[in-house]
This record gives sequence, C-alpha cells and structure tokens, in this order.
Amino acid sequence: MRAALFVTCVNDALYPGTGIAVVRLLERLGVGVDFPKAQSCCGQPQYNTGYRHETEPLVRRTARAFAEHEYVVTPSGSCAAMIREHYPRIGRKAAAEGRGNELAEAAATLAPRVYELTEFLVDVLGVTDVGAYFPHTVTYHPSCHGLRGLGLGDRPRRLLAAVKGLDLVELPGAEECCGFGGTFALKNPDVSTAMGTDKITAAAGTGAQVLCGADNSCLAHLDGLLRRADSPLRTLHLAEILAATEEEPLS
Amino acid sequence: MTGTYLGMPAFPAVPDLPAFPAAAREAVRDEVLRANLRHATHTIRDKRARAVAELADWDRLRAAGKAVKDHTLRHLDRYLLQLEEAVTAAGGTVHWAADADEANRIVTELVRATGEREVVKVKSMATQEIGLNEALEAAGIAAYETDLAELIVQLGHDRPSHILVPAIHRNRAEIRDVFRAEMAGWGRPAPEPLGDDPRELAEAARLHLREKFLRAKVAVSGANFMVAETGTMVVLESEGNGRMCLTLPETLISVVGIEKVVPTFRDLEIFLQTLPRSSTAERMNPYTTMWTGLGPSRGADGDGPTAFHLVLLDNGRTDTLADETGRQALRCIRCSACLNVCPVYERAGGHAYGSVYPGPIGAILSPQLRGTRSAIDASLPYASTLCGACYEVCPVAIDIPEVLVHLRERVAQGGPVTRAGVRVTLRPADGHTAERAAMRAARLLLDHPGALRAGERLLARARRLAPRRLPGAGRAWTDSRELPTVAAQSFRDWWDRERSNPR
Ligand code: SF4
Repeated sequence: MRAALFVTCVNDALYPGTGIAVVRLLERLGVGVDFPKAQSCCGQPQYNTGYRHETEPLVRRTARAFAEHEYVVTPSGSCAAMIREHYPRIGRKAAAEGRGNELAEAAATLAPRVYELTEFLVDVLGVTDVGAYFPHTVTYHPSCHGLRGLGLGDRPRRLLAAVKGLDLVELPGAEECCGFGGTFALKNPDVSTAMGTDKITAAAGTGAQVLCGADNSCLAHLDGLLRRADSPLRTLHLAEILAATEEEPLS
Repeated sequence: MTGTYLGMPAFPAVPDLPAFPAAAREAVRDEVLRANLRHATHTIRDKRARAVAELADWDRLRAAGKAVKDHTLRHLDRYLLQLEEAVTAAGGTVHWAADADEANRIVTELVRATGEREVVKVKSMATQEIGLNEALEAAGIAAYETDLAELIVQLGHDRPSHILVPAIHRNRAEIRDVFRAEMAGWGRPAPEPLGDDPRELAEAARLHLREKFLRAKVAVSGANFMVAETGTMVVLESEGNGRMCLTLPETLISVVGIEKVVPTFRDLEIFLQTLPRSSTAERMNPYTTMWTGLGPSRGADGDGPTAFHLVLLDNGRTDTLADETGRQALRCIRCSACLNVCPVYERAGGHAYGSVYPGPIGAILSPQLRGTRSAIDASLPYASTLCGACYEVCPVAIDIPEVLVHLRERVAQGGPVTRAGVRVTLRPADGHTAERAAMRAARLLLDHPGALRAGERLLARARRLAPRRLPGAGRAWTDSRELPTVAAQSFRDWWDRERSNPR
C-alpha cells in the first residue's frame, strides 16, 4: 500500500520531527510513503480568521497536489478537519458566488481521501499496536478539531495504551480546549493564556513526564507556556511516540 | 437594492463598549469572578450531561427541534400572521415593533394608558435587549424585576452576565451585601440580621417581592414560545415568581422576539423536553405557564389579567433571517447550555460580551442583530477558539463555529448583508488593514513552494537570533509564552536528503 503524506506547514517548518516520525512509522508498517512537493498549507489560518478568498488558491493547490493519491495521511487533526469539513463548504460558496464548480469538485474528490494519522492507523491499516516502545509516563490532550471535528474518539488513546513501556495517565478536563485556536492565541492572548495555563496545570498534576497531542499547533502553545514556567513536563506529538522503538528510541 | 453601507449607525444603536479582548483582560485577572464562574459552569455542565444522557432519543429530539425551527423560520411571515389572528380572536391585542425604539414607545404608552407608574417584570431577554427598563424609567415608570437573579442584578446596579443565571458572576456573600444595602431603597428592606445562606437570601427576596406582586397592576413579560395555531404564550421559569406576574396584575404586556413562534401546540412536546434538560439539567421545568389571549375564563371572573398585549419585536431579526448561514442563530431557545460549556465564557465572564446575549450564542447573535460596526460587535466573532463544544451541546444544533467564521469573513473582508431590509455591501471593518496584508502575503508565500522553501531556510539560519520577546503583534504571543524553536532543517529538506522521490 502507498499513502501520501500531507505534512502541514507548521510541521514542515517548525516540527519536522513529526513528519519524519510519520514516514518512519508508516514505512515500518509496510506502507510506502509519497511526499508530493507541490503541497503547502491547508489554508486554515486564512479561513478561520475570515479571509475565505485568500484560502481558495490553497484549496486548489492542496487538491491538485494530492489528486493521484488514494490515501492522504496527515499528523494534524485540525488540518484534516479543515479539508474534510471546510473545503467542501468553501467550494460551495465559490460556486454560489458565480465562480464555477471547479473548487467544489476539487474539494469533493479530495475530502474523503484524507485521514488523520490515528484514523489511518486504526481504520485503514487496522492496527492499534504499532510495535512502539516508549518507557515514560504520558498524558494525552485530545485537540478539539480531532475530538469534535473528526470524531477521533479513543483511537489515539488506544494506540498509546498499546505502546510497550508506556504508562498512560488520564488528563483531568481532557476535552476542554487548550486555548490555542489559531489567531485566537494572538487576538485574545489573555483568555488564551488563562486556558492554556489551566491545561498545563492539569497535565502537570497527573505526574506525567510527557504531554502528548496530535496537533503541533496546540502543542506549540502549551509548550511555550510550559517553558516560560520552567516546567520539566515536555510536549510530544503522538507520531513521535508511535515511531519510537527499542532499536531506535526517541532521542 | 444594493449600495455601500457607509455609516449612519441609526439602525440599531451602536454600543460604545470596549472590544472583547480588552474587556476579557479585566475579567481574567479577577480571581473571585473566575472562581465563581468556574464553580457554577462546571457544576451545571456535569448535571446537564447526566440529564441528557438519560434520554435515549436525544439526537432525534435535537434534530426535530432544529427541523421545526427551520421550517418556522422559512415560513415566518405566514406563522406570525396566524399567531396575530389567534391572539386577537382570544381577546389579546397584537402590536408590531420594527426596532427597540418602537417597542419601547409602544410599551410606555400602554403602561401610561393604565395610569400606573410601576410595573413588575418576569425575566425577559427581549426587554433587556431593547433597554425597556431604562426607557420606562425615563418616562417616570419604575420597572421591578421579580426573577431572583434579575433582582440581584437590578438591586446591584449591575448588568446580567448569563442568559439563565444573570447574577452568576456573584457569590452568596456579595448577594447578601447587595440586599442589605439596596432593598430598603426599592421597597421592603432586607430582614435583620441577614446571613448568606441561600435559603435566607431567597426568603428575603420573597418577602421583598411579595409586596410588589400584591400591589402591581401592570406586568411585563417575555415568552419562551408562542404557538401560531392557538395563539398560546408559553413562559418557563423555576421560581414561580413569573407565574405571579402573569396572573396577579390587571394588564399583561408581553414583548417577544418574532423568532419565538412555533406552528402547533404539539411542537412544544420537543422543546419542553430539550429546554429544561439543556438549561437547568431538570427533567421537567418547574413552572410552565401558558395562556391564550384572555381566554374564556379570564377577566370575566376576576381571575387573571383583563387586558393582554403582545408586542412582536423584530429589531434586526428579519435582517438576520436574510442571511443564509447566519439565520440559524434564530433557532436559539436561550437554554444557555453553550455558555456553560464555553471555555472562553468561563474565563472572560458574561460582561465582556457587551450584550444581554453573552457566550457563544451572544458572539453570533449580537453582531447580527446590531451589525458589526462597533468595536465590540466587530470583535465578538473572534471571541472563540472554534473548539466546537457549543455546537455539540446545542439542543437545536446551531453550528456556532460555522457562523463565527462566516461573521469573521464579514468583518475582515466585508460583503453583502441586509440592514433594515435593504441589501447592502459592507466594507471591511476598520483596523484589519495590516492583518489583511499579512494574510495575503502569507498566502502568496504558501502558494509558491519555492518561495516557501527559501523562507524556511532563512528562518532556520536565523534561528539562533530568535528573541525571547517579539515586538508588535508578536508580543501577544511572547508576553506569556516562549516561541517554538525553529528546526535546523525543514521536513522538505530532510525528505530531499533521505527519501528524495521523483514527484
Ligand atoms: S445557541 Fe443553542 S445552546 Fe446556546 S443558548 Fe441557544 S439553544 Fe442553547
């Protein structure tokens, strides 16, 4: 089987380790990985801030970049939700504004082929034990777009629970938003910080060494707060934990 | 007709309030307020979840509620006329108010005609929306709130901060202090001594209010639902005070938003299940009062009011209805479930939203009813992380995040909108020029992978220079958070070195 990786702009520039982890993990599970170079950002920052027209070229670009792939895998719940939920909406609005059906069609053909990483592992590959090894105490924050937008349910937790050596502890108030929210973090910094502070306080209270998530944008916000507070707790993307093995442990 | 909407904020009045982020900043720093809100919202949200989980057909009730409301809104003109006919046939009088001023004028004149100088009120969001109490006061008429929480707000010279629990931001000790200091000025003083036990506080309010109920000749109410086929008004409340307002006075004036109509009596079956569970986590509402005009037995035998007036309020609702995405906000049954689960509301408090409609529903309703011209209204669509918790709990399935993004677009890019029945094209709101340029620049960069890659390399090379605090807009991040550390090489560069493929 082959799958295309949609690495997302945040992972590409700031967290390349996440993309690398996905490649290693999928290859280990026997999936050939393609990386279409024409890909870019999914357009979420523009769209969610109110610049739908600026988003359209990115919708077109993403659809074109992955036109030939049966499976498109991305390690970001919010980017997957953007493509699955909002691309069709953007396409329909463009059509309603008299700019043709091309965008709506591109969105309709792309949306059902896009999978968030844990969906791909559990639903398509049918695995929950990916042969990973990570001997640490971990707590998991389910980001809102994965949780409510995609309905990931307990897939991430099941994957983590199957990791050898990993001690998974529940995060109190896990389903509450961390306060990142894209440009919300900049437009409403006080509320954003208050929410994030409550989240890291809850995470630290679990006694975990690692706060794990499946969306690096939320993790960047939480990590920024943790480091400012000189906390020993560190953030890690789920993919990096799943990619770690006894032979190749996470450095 | 189309045109460019240039100004003249005549419709409706533009509130002169600080934008949401500034108002929220104060609230976030108020430890007492945050503790009060956290306690109240978390208690009710857990109870609501349990009450909803009891019903096996919740999803179907939710879908049915949405469908009934959508159908009614689609044929609103027809159902309102049917309602008017039914209310009139039952001995009531219907008045139509296009905006707040007109509604206030109608109510003021109706009260004047009775010769009375005071009215008792059942908690009503519509009358708060139009500022009726202030308008009556200007006309020399005192309006007494009789809902316990509303009374606390009124006595405290405060503003409501929650749809259902307007005094949610106050704790018991604060309430006791308000009662002690203010009750005497409005009527019966607070008993001495007065503790802060909830039962003692409720008793003090009961004694204070009883006097008003027995004296009042005129009452003003809202309504949760109006039934088109029968002309029936429906009010749901928890204390029974509302029922006294609705039955004791001689004249009853109800001010109700036009979106509150439902077609048939049977439709209530849905909402009388979903509303109490969503709002107070109760299986059944404690006091549900229904009346139809004056009814056959009312008036004649001295039981109930002898005059009933219904003021149907538009105040921006028809304009909201004209917007395909935004109109779903009119499905709202004001249960307040979205407030109680909203993490932003929990930290910012209700006052930051600058409206009687706070929280997620306020963030989409106020900028539609009032327009997006004021600083507060232009900032409300951004007062959310789009986490989706509000959509998940809403008993009529309003996709609040979808409407938020839609309204952000209106603020940031401008676009078509209906104001006072006229289709106009809005210009982008002020203060978005720099953001617009940044979004466009980012998009240009992102739409050219070559340029993106060059940018990434530049960033990687400058990574050692990364400052701890950024100037300008970046300060909003670095004031409280460290910046992410930039990787030495991007994923693209890694791929080219390690996995290069011909694509
Ligand atoms: S938007 Fe939905 S959840 Fe919020 S108050 Fe209205 S009906 Fe209730």
